[in-house]
Amino acid sequence: MLATEARRVAAIAWKDATAERRSKANFNAVVFLAALILLLFGFALGPEVEALQQAAGGVIWLTVLFAGVLSFNRSYEQELENGALDMLLLYPGDRRSIFIGKLIANLAFVLLVEMILLPTAALLYDLPIARFVVPLGAVIALGTIGFVTLGTFYAAMASRLRAREVLLPLLLFPMLIPLLVAAVEATGAVLAGDAMGDAGAWMRLLVVFDVVFLVAAFLAFEYVIEG
Amino acid sequence: MSEGSSTVPTADPAALELDGIARRFGSRWVLRGISLRLEPGTVLALTGRNGSGKTTLLRLITTAIRPTRGTGRVFGQDLVRDAAAARAAVGILAHHAGLYEDLTAGENLAFALRMYGRRADPEVIDAVLDEVGLDGERDHRVRGFSAGMRRRLALARLLLRPPRLLLLDEPYASFDVDGIQLVNRFAARTAGEGGAVIIATHELARGRGLIDRVVRIEEGRLVDRDAQQELAAEQRLAWSRLQAVEGGS
Amino acid sequence: MSSTETAALPVRPRWHRPFGTVALLFFIAAQAFGYFATAPERDMGNLQKIMYVHVPAAWIAFIAFTVVFGASVLYLWKRHEKYDHAAASAAEVGTVLTGLTLALGSIWGRPTWGVWWTWDPRLTTTAILFLIYLSYLSLRAFTEDEERRARWSAAVGILGFLNVPIVYMSVRWWRTIHQVQSTPGTVDSDYALALRLNAFAFLFLFIYFVASRYHLARLERTLEARREEAALAGGPIHV
Repeated sequence: MLATEARRVAAIAWKDATAERRSKANFNAVVFLAALILLLFGFALGPEVEALQQAAGGVIWLTVLFAGVLSFNRSYEQELENGALDMLLLYPGDRRSIFIGKLIANLAFVLLVEMILLPTAALLYDLPIARFVVPLGAVIALGTIGFVTLGTFYAAMASRLRAREVLLPLLLFPMLIPLLVAAVEATGAVLAGDAMGDAGAWMRLLVVFDVVFLVAAFLAFEYVIEG
Repeated sequence: MSEGSSTVPTADPAALELDGIARRFGSRWVLRGISLRLEPGTVLALTGRNGSGKTTLLRLITTAIRPTRGTGRVFGQDLVRDAAAARAAVGILAHHAGLYEDLTAGENLAFALRMYGRRADPEVIDAVLDEVGLDGERDHRVRGFSAGMRRRLALARLLLRPPRLLLLDEPYASFDVDGIQLVNRFAARTAGEGGAVIIATHELARGRGLIDRVVRIEEGRLVDRDAQQELAAEQRLAWSRLQAVEGGS
Repeated sequence: MSSTETAALPVRPRWHRPFGTVALLFFIAAQAFGYFATAPERDMGNLQKIMYVHVPAAWIAFIAFTVVFGASVLYLWKRHEKYDHAAASAAEVGTVLTGLTLALGSIWGRPTWGVWWTWDPRLTTTAILFLIYLSYLSLRAFTEDEERRARWSAAVGILGFLNVPIVYMSVRWWRTIHQVQSTPGTVDSDYALALRLNAFAFLFLFIYFVASRYHLARLERTLEARREEAALAGGPIHV
């Protein structure tokens, strides 16, 4: 039983990823937007390097949030386009597999954007990411998981309503505040060498956040995806 | 006008039993109390103007939406309480094909197979594509398909797991003669093997020889029997006219 | 009309009006007490009075949210619309009262204590909860189908509630790390009394408004049910 569900999860993740890959328009646009936002922050906060470096954690994560939020509704749009969602709901099996499948596809998407975003930020703000690649990677991963979990969940609703572009950030961002605080603090600590060992504590908070909402969203998804 | 449904217990469950089904969207009632019994082996035509509730009724039978009131059973499985089991018995060829534009025909079918919990066997995929006349199109993206081709692909997807209760929503609209024959063959086969078929359509004549009953839905209600006799007569008239034009069957 | 029974309009419970009057009077009294009866000047002493605002606000936000959470869970479990009405009522009233308290505190605080806003953990958490409420209400506003609205709100309400402890923890750590002035922990007995009075005053008002709003929702629903009967008049036709 679990194996069949895993196969369904894989099928959905693969389908979303393939469809996204083939209509490259979206990925390129999001990356471009992210770079643009980074640049704008630079103009708004700089040009002194110290100011930029101090704000680096905040800038990076806000950029991820603003650019990333655009990708979640898209994941459901292809289902709504052709009435595919009705078909999707008609298949046997656990509907929550749809959630996990889309989560995985969205995660891959956002992580890919971040892999381009981070070196760009390092360049613009003179950040020592190469030196702290491992802890930084851990923070990024933990923060992104929580972000994508809630994004995928709320988009299941927002994408089906009229004011979807506004409603998704409205639902998502207040919930992400603890994640934002923790991720920004941890990133800042890591990039500064983490003399106080703060990063560990914040990462633990991120883990708690991720686990709580992964479980909660997973359980609540079936109530949200049906007609 | 309204008759009580007979409650003679039968050994085999009806293909479809609806009891006072009503459905509202916001303040607008789309379905206003529909009761219907469909026996296995029957092909039912559902006629009615656009916006009369045909598509909503079909969506309800597939459990995509719940009724606001009333109950329904597909081969004995309750639409709300046993939704998963009911779903397993139903298949629909919907107005919107529900295909993924950027995937190929083969990939759409592979996805369906995996969602059914089966392996994406290329032989199976080729076989159904062949049956619906899309044998060269496996590696072509759906985005370039015509309406008729999409309908065929959706049909192919249904063939992967033939349902016991087959729902067809305007299957004949903008479909060529061969395609229409495909649909009718599939419907006939389903009914012949103990399943049942509901065809929502304006074009009764297309289902010549296939349709056993006609029911009309108007503003969310089923029109009563007397009118059905009239419709049946109209239908026969339309068929004979069509036969005359096409020079006999 | 073929409907066999017309649902009776729900009657406003007898305790509503007197309770509401008492709550209002109590509120006025508590506010007056807080403002006039505790006025000692200290260096940072006046800043402490912000507690009269953010503690009640935090209380109301939390209690209302708990009601929303409970009603949401019950709705998803039992699928009875009355739980949705309860959740919506608590959310609406909670949002208004919380927002009002936050705004009043800010307006009040500026001339009295010199600041528009303190990033105090409890106050900040309350502000964040306020935003989560608003998003809950926005979702409801944009979802037209009632069953869907009830289901979706319940899911969103549950997740929002789960975030409360996490939000509080994160904001508190955040403040400690940046070592901004912390709100004094110990409270003078004078302050404590005024505080509790105000907190209870808000609670009573909250209960009154939620009960009224819930009653209103039930009334609306009953009237709707009558209209439904009319729309379905003629009855189902068996085929």
